[in-house]
Amino acid sequence: MINSPKAPVLNVEALEVVYTTRAGPAKAVRDVSLEIWPGKVLGLVGESGCGKSTLAFAIMNYLTDNAAISAGRILFCDQDIVRMNSRELRHIRGNEIAMVYQDPMAALNPSLRIGPQLTEVLVEHKGSSGVEARDACIRMLQRVHMPDPLAVMERYCHQLSGGQQQRVLIAMALLTNPALLIMDEPTTGLDVTVEAEILDLISELKREFDTTILFISHSLGVINRVADQVVVMYAGELVEQGSAQDIFLDPRHPYTAALLRCVPKISAGVQRTTVRPIRGKVPSLHATPSGCVFESRCDRARDRCRTEHPEIEQTADGHWARCFYADSPDPAELEALRAGPADTRVSPIGDAPVLKIDGLRTYYKAKDQGLAGIAGRHKQGFVKAVDNVSLDLGRNSTLGIVGESGCGKTTIAKCVAGLVPPNAGKLDFIGIDIAKVVEQRPVEMLKELQMIFQNPDSTLNPKRTVGEAIARPLQLFGTVPQSEIRNEVVRLLDAVRLGEEYYDRLPRQLSGGEKQRVALARAFAGRPTLVLCDEPLSSLDVSVQAAVMNLLQEFQQEYGTAMVFISHDFGVVNQLCSSVAVMYLGKICETGPTEALFKPPYHPYTGALLAAIPIPDPTLERNSIRLLGTVPSALDPPSGCRFHTRCPRKIGPICEQETPPWREVTQEHRIHCHIPLKELRTVDPVFRTEQ
Amino acid sequence: MITQVSTPLAWLHWAISDLARSKSATIGVMIILAWVFVAIAAPLISPYSPTEMHNARLEPPSPEHWLGTDHLARDVLSRLFWGTRVVVVLAPLSVFLGILIAAPLGLISGYVGGRVDTLIMRGVDILLSFPTLLIYILIITTFGPSAVVVIISIALGSIPPITRIVRSLVLDVRTKDYVSAARLRGERRRYILLREILPNVSGPIIVDTMIRIGYAIMAIGALGFLGLGIPPPTPDWGGMINEGRQWIFAMPWIVLAPAAALSSVVIGLNLLADGIREIAQQR
Repeated sequence: MINSPKAPVLNVEALEVVYTTRAGPAKAVRDVSLEIWPGKVLGLVGESGCGKSTLAFAIMNYLTDNAAISAGRILFCDQDIVRMNSRELRHIRGNEIAMVYQDPMAALNPSLRIGPQLTEVLVEHKGSSGVEARDACIRMLQRVHMPDPLAVMERYCHQLSGGQQQRVLIAMALLTNPALLIMDEPTTGLDVTVEAEILDLISELKREFDTTILFISHSLGVINRVADQVVVMYAGELVEQGSAQDIFLDPRHPYTAALLRCVPKISAGVQRTTVRPIRGKVPSLHATPSGCVFESRCDRARDRCRTEHPEIEQTADGHWARCFYADSPDPAELEALRAGPADTRVSPIGDAPVLKIDGLRTYYKAKDQGLAGIAGRHKQGFVKAVDNVSLDLGRNSTLGIVGESGCGKTTIAKCVAGLVPPNAGKLDFIGIDIAKVVEQRPVEMLKELQMIFQNPDSTLNPKRTVGEAIARPLQLFGTVPQSEIRNEVVRLLDAVRLGEEYYDRLPRQLSGGEKQRVALARAFAGRPTLVLCDEPLSSLDVSVQAAVMNLLQEFQQEYGTAMVFISHDFGVVNQLCSSVAVMYLGKICETGPTEALFKPPYHPYTGALLAAIPIPDPTLERNSIRLLGTVPSALDPPSGCRFHTRCPRKIGPICEQETPPWREVTQEHRIHCHIPLKELRTVDPVFRTEQ
Repeated sequence: MITQVSTPLAWLHWAISDLARSKSATIGVMIILAWVFVAIAAPLISPYSPTEMHNARLEPPSPEHWLGTDHLARDVLSRLFWGTRVVVVLAPLSVFLGILIAAPLGLISGYVGGRVDTLIMRGVDILLSFPTLLIYILIITTFGPSAVVVIISIALGSIPPITRIVRSLVLDVRTKDYVSAARLRGERRRYILLREILPNVSGPIIVDTMIRIGYAIMAIGALGFLGLGIPPPTPDWGGMINEGRQWIFAMPWIVLAPAAALSSVVIGLNLLADGIREIAQQR
């Protein structure tokens, strides 16, 4: 089924998908038309709940039982998928159209070795013999740059890292040489460095094998990295369509523009723009407005937008947007998009540090699962989650801690919070020794130190109303008199833009962003001196993320709170933090003021992290530094410099044998590396744009 | 749709409307309510006294005796109705007693961990290593069969499994961030256990309770059958089955009636448990 390059591989025409729910029918996809041309990557971007995945499953004709395609056609190589019977569909799925899912661990069968899972695809679809299939699979694993493919064939999926699992899935999808590859958020659960490698692989597949891809992602930066054409979806509708260049540099639909403004910018370092969240909420799919779907949240909206539904039309510069005023954007809007530096971070007050961490070590006992372990003859192993970390934090300032997952960021926060006892080291908080668990700390200091957690779904007690959750610390700490508590809760609810009507709601009635706002109000209710934020934004959509980020800054300014902000997102860190510590495998490799971190000299690891961040700006040219392999086990960390196994700039045996010295760039900016400062300074900057 | 639960009446209304959404829960509740009604109204709806002896022994069903009479010429239907009381009162009581002891053990064991956990769990393991029926027989033969002894022995037998279930639920909930948040604001352990953790493990515990009451009913039946239940002449389904078993081929209704009653209660409880689980998952 090789089609001529003149015809699109996939042609979706006026597609409509309806879910039957208890609250009535919900049109999750409405009037969506798109084409994917051979050898091109179409990026489909939008926030959660906008219909991206529904569209992907509709293309496979693999919708859930309560969903149905109620209108439109899906032409795949000129055959209508909607009208196919199950036998024809089985031939197409996995053979002509392959899919790569978000969670690779869930997509692979945990009780089968990788080999049989891969060969099965060929045996089933191509009728190959076992030996043929095996050879083809090994070749395919080589093609996706899987190290040691022969050994991988014999492994189970839990023995592979997340990035390797995703490579296996991509290999599996490519085995039958499908005409179309659908990738649904394939890099979402991965670390930035691994994500960068997978995105490189996808670009390579596109270049060298002419693979046609529908790439779905919520991340504008990721889409920018891989897509030729971009489609933006909002509330089930396609709102803008065009080349990646057009969409990211000259967005015509106000939603696209607003979405881009929500992404904190990072480029040549000091460059910083204010993020502007989108107000309001996505309209319910049960009651879609008769006018424009984005009208209620749009700054451009006029009377016509309320009553008339706009069609998708070609704009002056040749791409497509569903907006009456696509060619007359608000000048203020464009300016905000390209705005220059606007420093929103608060500057530290005074010299006395709020928090002093000195030589902190936290080890977790590792259980030996083997027979020897059960027999009690095991060597006691320790996971060195945090190993000799020293950090200072001044009043009213924010310290960012960044690094890949498993590097010990969260453990530092838990130690400071007192949820995990440290093994060694000093923790000094406003003059009080807090190197112990929270139950042993003096009661008076507890209100001064609060925490905001990562997972919005477990941060609030499901059986407590929002009001009770926020009132409890007020009551416990005596922040306001008993009679004033309700008023104070309402004030806090207003401050996080939720309002009094949320007082009696239960967490299950809130969205992720709303839960995180309540958590924020709860943490700040007692007016603490220090708030620890453990990736509070990472599970939120960009527009929600921007809103919560702004709230954090507002609260910090109002109360003069110091914050420790743990994140894997350099953009957010750049926006919020005055200083940053970069962590790798339990150790700090670089610490310094935020501005200093984005320009050389930097630690090779910092450089690699910066090079890996996906940024929605097609004009940005960057060095592509990629890290090799995966993070080594913290149970048995590499000798010498812990980063030497993956370092792109390793200088020799010294890296393997000796712990690197601290090199001071300035008093605040220090790098933990064997390479002399002079040499670190001369390295190519990651961001090459001159601004 | 989901409103704030403030008054007991509102809670009841909410519980009923929730249960009504599940077919199996509705049927389960109806079966159970029917038996509870029979238990309460036994003196009114029973045609005769359960211990009154009539003229004919082992009589087949007739207009006077709908389910016939037993070997002592007592009305089987009346005995069946009165026997409901044993089941409806004893089984829940014994399970609640078990929960009263096991739930705090499980909560503490799961939340505190360490040595306390080891101590409690090994204790539970020791209890668990005896066959449950052996525990019942041991206690009842020592203290003599009476309602109180039956309740205590069944409660004791249900402690190990309930403790284990509660503990495993707590182990999951204690890692939630809202528990960490409570620790960070210096809540007492008691508050964390009762206000933060208990409400969030109660759902599965309720489901388990329903099934466990079913087990208790079967246990009471088994004890009655072995002659270790409520001492005669008090009517008791297990005892009725035992007494009737000699005539099972000639007059099967003497055995079938209490057996069917027994299994219908257990099925009702299981249906209700399924329904509650279903509803909980929809949330």
